[in-house]
Amino acid sequence: MTIQDNDISSDLQQRVLESIANKQPLYIHGGNSKAFYGNTVDATPLDISPHTGIISYEPTELCVTLRAGTLLSDLEALLNNTNQILPFEPPQYTTETTIGGAIAAGISGPRRAYTGSVRDAILGVKIINGNGEIVSFGGQVMKNVAGYDLSRMMVRSQGTLGVILEVSLRLLPKPPKEITLTFESDQKSALQFFQESRLQQLPITASAWFNDQVYLRLSESETVLEQSKKKLGFDLLSDYDDFWTDIRDHQHHFFGRTDKPLWRLSLPPATKQISSVDDNQLIEWGGAQRWINSNAPANIIQNIATSNNGYAYMFKGDLPETPCFPLLDQPLMLLHKQLKRNMDPNGIFSPGRIYSGL
Amino acid sequence: MSLDTNTRNNLLFQLGEILPEEYLLTSEEAIKPYECDGLSAYQKLPVAVVLPETIEQVQRITKICSQLKVPIVARGAGTGLSGGALPHEGGIILGLSRFNKIEKIDTDNLTATVQPGVRNLAITEAARPFGLYYAPDPSSQIACSIGGNVAENAGGVHCLKYGLTVHNVQQVTIVTVDGELVTLGSQTLDTPGYDLLALITGSEGMLGIIVEIVVKLLPKPHAVKVLMASFKKVEDAGNAVANIIAEGVIPAGLEMMDKPAIHAAEAFAKANYPLDAEAILLCELDGSEQQLAEQIETVSETLRNANADDIVIADSADEQARLWAGRKSAFPAVGRISPDYYCMDGTIPRKQIAYVLKRISELSEECGLRVANVFHAGDGNLHPLILYDANKEGELEKTEKFGADILTLCVEVGGTITGEHGVGHEKIDQMCVQFSPEELTQFFAVKNAFDPDALLNPGKAVPTLHRCAELGGMHVHNGQLPHPEIPRF
Ligand SMILES: Cc1cc2nc3c(=O)[nH]c(=O)nc-3n(C[C@H](O)[C@H](O)[C@H](O)COP(=O)(O)OP(=O)(O)OC[C@H]3O[C@@H](n4cnc5c(N)ncnc54)[C@H](O)[C@@H]3O)c2cc1C
Repeated sequence: MTIQDNDISSDLQQRVLESIANKQPLYIHGGNSKAFYGNTVDATPLDISPHTGIISYEPTELCVTLRAGTLLSDLEALLNNTNQILPFEPPQYTTETTIGGAIAAGISGPRRAYTGSVRDAILGVKIINGNGEIVSFGGQVMKNVAGYDLSRMMVRSQGTLGVILEVSLRLLPKPPKEITLTFESDQKSALQFFQESRLQQLPITASAWFNDQVYLRLSESETVLEQSKKKLGFDLLSDYDDFWTDIRDHQHHFFGRTDKPLWRLSLPPATKQISSVDDNQLIEWGGAQRWINSNAPANIIQNIATSNNGYAYMFKGDLPETPCFPLLDQPLMLLHKQLKRNMDPNGIFSPGRIYSGL
Repeated sequence: MSLDTNTRNNLLFQLGEILPEEYLLTSEEAIKPYECDGLSAYQKLPVAVVLPETIEQVQRITKICSQLKVPIVARGAGTGLSGGALPHEGGIILGLSRFNKIEKIDTDNLTATVQPGVRNLAITEAARPFGLYYAPDPSSQIACSIGGNVAENAGGVHCLKYGLTVHNVQQVTIVTVDGELVTLGSQTLDTPGYDLLALITGSEGMLGIIVEIVVKLLPKPHAVKVLMASFKKVEDAGNAVANIIAEGVIPAGLEMMDKPAIHAAEAFAKANYPLDAEAILLCELDGSEQQLAEQIETVSETLRNANADDIVIADSADEQARLWAGRKSAFPAVGRISPDYYCMDGTIPRKQIAYVLKRISELSEECGLRVANVFHAGDGNLHPLILYDANKEGELEKTEKFGADILTLCVEVGGTITGEHGVGHEKIDQMCVQFSPEELTQFFAVKNAFDPDALLNPGKAVPTLHRCAELGGMHVHNGQLPHPEIPRF
């Protein structure tokens, strides 16, 4: 495998400068694998995916710096060669998924509850800012408190604050071995199990509940895994090797249904069973992320989330008048708007992608 | 820039409506203790010190100051080492020491809800009965406040494995400069909108007053071991650090001390450190018994391959505490061997440790000031302690110059001017070395979104472009800053 070394930053910068001059907004995108995630933006597309390559990778520093258009699959393969991984296990909904898109959307995968999120792994970024200048924030070291943390702010900004050119990410050593255990359980007992396991320091790196079955991924050395398996007494999941990749990439058959909208509920992990929605659910992150296929009216689902101190995302499906992202309180929205206005004074970066007016 | 008499009287009158006399300090005697933080080389007296007790009072205070355009400097415990809480002579100190309650320990979701003035260690003490603890552990943890930790994104010995403050805080509630209460982050693993929680973390009191924090708690590890390895060459110790990480082990803590630090600490704490070593590494490992057994083996072998002279493994809690005691008392210990010391705080890539330590000792010889190094080697976070005597004419200036050279060196090798202590007042000039005018302007844009009149901790953390220009850190043509057409906030 070779990763193309292709620096198009000056072209991209030129495009941004032109759009500032012409007051012509841009829709920034990578592989379009998450095109569904947010509002449609009526603007000239700016494709980052040709901007590829590894700028530096030193395994002993647990850090890689790369161009935003690099394919996630290429990065994964590179890291795998030196026994390292991305801690946040980002989804690859399609083979075109780029690292820039993963950062901008900020969606983390199964490992999230155990080894941290996209933003936790960000060390630095290089971006084209709202004045068309190329600027860098953060760096390649984990401890860095000089200036405001603008690199983490790029996560979940979905292209509305700048064009991400490069990112530096913190890596983890790849665990020597991984196994998946499974056992039968209704939802209530599964949540109870997740609750107890939080205190037990098992080497869990992913968890799920679906169709009255709990799934646990454990990652450690052979002997430690052997011991944990004995202690837990659960069965090995032996006939589904790609289980976690399928969950991560939404290839698992739970995600195949298109007859009902797919909601994503982000909740405090100990939230009790949500029984008022009896539709199909898939639970991840020890209870902190719950996927629900449901025809229930949007406000019912949103209320369930809010009353549990959480958020409901209309992840996939067409519900009229229902935006993808939960609404923000007034004072918080005001801060968002002031930040957007100051960082993108010409209003050219993917306007309205997350919320109208941002 | 002191306040005119009218504004001053008006301010004190209005503050007096909110706070009783004992919590509105104005006499020189009463405000003197607030003249500096942990960086005592710089001192200033504020107009007044206010010590509110409720969020509503904080909201009213910020509203009054906003209206009168009076600067506000937030202060936690005042242990900061970069002059972040240094008063403004025309403004007030807003002390949060009375916000000292732990509001809730949630043993289901493993979080604690605390007020900003709570001491870092008090959280772990409150969580201990439930088998839980709060991971970031700055050496100042018995004294520093959690609000100050969030404002500085504080680190500690265990950050290599468990992350900095930013990784261990879930939600922060702030009072904005115009008195609004805004909650950033949430009780869930992600929150819609921009990551303002990350933005407020490490913002040094420049964006809002932190009035409530929800931190993550972790279960206490089953077992802990501490290794001490001694080296004849500093370079070997530096390389050992990179090699341990390369072996796929992430220790809970990995600290390094050089000879002057070892001697000072040993004299002070009797930790049984080898006095003939040029450097020692302290490596803490935690996990299950089986995990530990395997890691101890890997780490010991790596240390031996890196030419470690001697490796001591501390099993018992007592032995471990003794090894750590030397490290934890290293700062006061160095304080005993020199009238004054100046603690620097740069971060560098791990692979540069050996080179940078060598350069620092060369610089030390050139300027004739001694240095002791005791630092978070695992994350490349250096703390050179420059030894000097403030009573000797010109020695502080020489020290500052030496410190500035060290920070420039950190930036040159791909690092940063501050790993955990913040920019504050102290490192404001080095910001011009690390950031371009365009980048600084981006910081002003952020600041302006939160605090358009620049009343929160003015003059700290981000230098004006003019300041950088005066230092010659920026190219100025015909007295014009680059890109004069761009708004400078
Ligand atoms: C001996 C010693 C050892 C130390 N070791 C470490 C270490 O290992 N790691 C480390 O990271 N630091 C260390 N420090 C530095 C210091 O303890 C930390 O920076 C700490 O986080 C400061 O907390 P504080 O409550 O004392 O804050 P202060 O010094 O009072 O304030 C620090 C900054 O935060 C702002 N601030 C404080 N409270 C608030 C609030 N509620 N809202 C908004 N802004 C606020 C202030 O305006 C100021 O800019 C050490 C200091 C000493 C003296």
